[in-house]
Amino acid sequence: MKNKKRLTIAVTGLNAIDSPGPGVAVIRGLLEARDFDCRIIGLAYESLEPGIYMHDLIDKTYHIPYPSAGTEVLYNRLMYINEKEKLDVVIPNFDAELYSFIKLADKLKQAGIHSFLPTMDQFEARQKVNLPDFGKKYNIHVPRSKAIYTVNEIHSLEDEYGWPLVIKGKYYDASLVYSSDQAKTAFNKISAKWGLPIIVQEFVHGTEYNVTGLGDGLGNTMAVVPMRKQYITDKGKAWGGITITDQKALDLTAHFLKSTKWRGAFELELMKNKAGEYYLLEINPRIPAWIYLAVGVGQNIPEALTKLALDWPVEAFTTYEAGKMFIRYAWDMIVDLNEFQQISTHGEL
Amino acid sequence: MKIKNNIAVSDNGFVFNPASGESFTVNQVGLDILNMLRKGEKQETIVQQLSEKYQADTAVIERDFSDFQAMVKQYHLHQNEE
Repeated sequence: MKNKKRLTIAVTGLNAIDSPGPGVAVIRGLLEARDFDCRIIGLAYESLEPGIYMHDLIDKTYHIPYPSAGTEVLYNRLMYINEKEKLDVVIPNFDAELYSFIKLADKLKQAGIHSFLPTMDQFEARQKVNLPDFGKKYNIHVPRSKAIYTVNEIHSLEDEYGWPLVIKGKYYDASLVYSSDQAKTAFNKISAKWGLPIIVQEFVHGTEYNVTGLGDGLGNTMAVVPMRKQYITDKGKAWGGITITDQKALDLTAHFLKSTKWRGAFELELMKNKAGEYYLLEINPRIPAWIYLAVGVGQNIPEALTKLALDWPVEAFTTYEAGKMFIRYAWDMIVDLNEFQQISTHGEL
Repeated sequence: MKIKNNIAVSDNGFVFNPASGESFTVNQVGLDILNMLRKGEKQETIVQQLSEKYQADTAVIERDFSDFQAMVKQYHLHQNEE
């Protein structure tokens, strides 16, 4: 029997809540990897991230500082964790933390911690504020949008885009609004939470599709799985979805990967209008929370990403099972107060 | 009218379009029509067979068949004929 290498992999995004981080799903994929065994180190920002207490999935969890603390503070914390755990790979799963991890990638590699992330240029080019230019450059349909800094700027876009409008935060949150009053409320609420600018986007009527995949940084498609959202929560998150075979979505993804030479995992948020045209709403530069569906249909993207991070040979996935569904569910864990106390006071559990 | 080859139709009337991810349910009459369309049967044959099976007037069956075809088109389950 093949003796599999045992890796220690650190994963963020353990907030398996109603708007879930991808961490727990990523870990499920890693634990099912064919080519390695692994020990999972959780990296958490808050003491109530559910993944911290899932001891069947995560061997040990450490608090890490919020991105606002700066990359140096994060680096020092990661070096402390590395000293104890000897990390082989880190998989960050939040948009807001990616900047720091991309910036630290080379330094972390010198310390033996590998990652496989987009380049800083790729990361910046797909920012919501830059999406119109991105669409122009790569000849991809994107809805018209504008970054605004004051609530009054919404008025000038009402006539241009028409109602409804989508009001979006820099990193997270989006609200569909049908009037000036609703737009102002959404502007104030989202900007208070995520800061400025706010992105006002034209609303495209249609059906929402998502595609996840993996690019090797050379323009090749290493993995691709498209999904139609079947059940969407009030936060716009998929609570159920089904894999599909739409050739247009697959072609668009291949075009995206080839033209941008995308490196790492990604999620494309697409809207298909009545004419069957796809609009690119967003590019998330990371693994999505529904990644276990991709694992379940034959493309273990977390495993492939880990192998790419370690410079192991990786064969591109070429097939997946269409018509498979995921249905998310909520589950109450019973947790001893001692555990909560331990992670809250010592930052480790 | 031809139904797209990739459309999956189960024996109990569950219809799945793997390209769009949409699913539908049809009753026994709808299932009979879809199965006959998939076999490439012509409209006259389908109307005739349904009329015999359900002992209904051909004019009624023709009207229902026409409505059903419109829905098949609306949901993009048909092949575009050149």
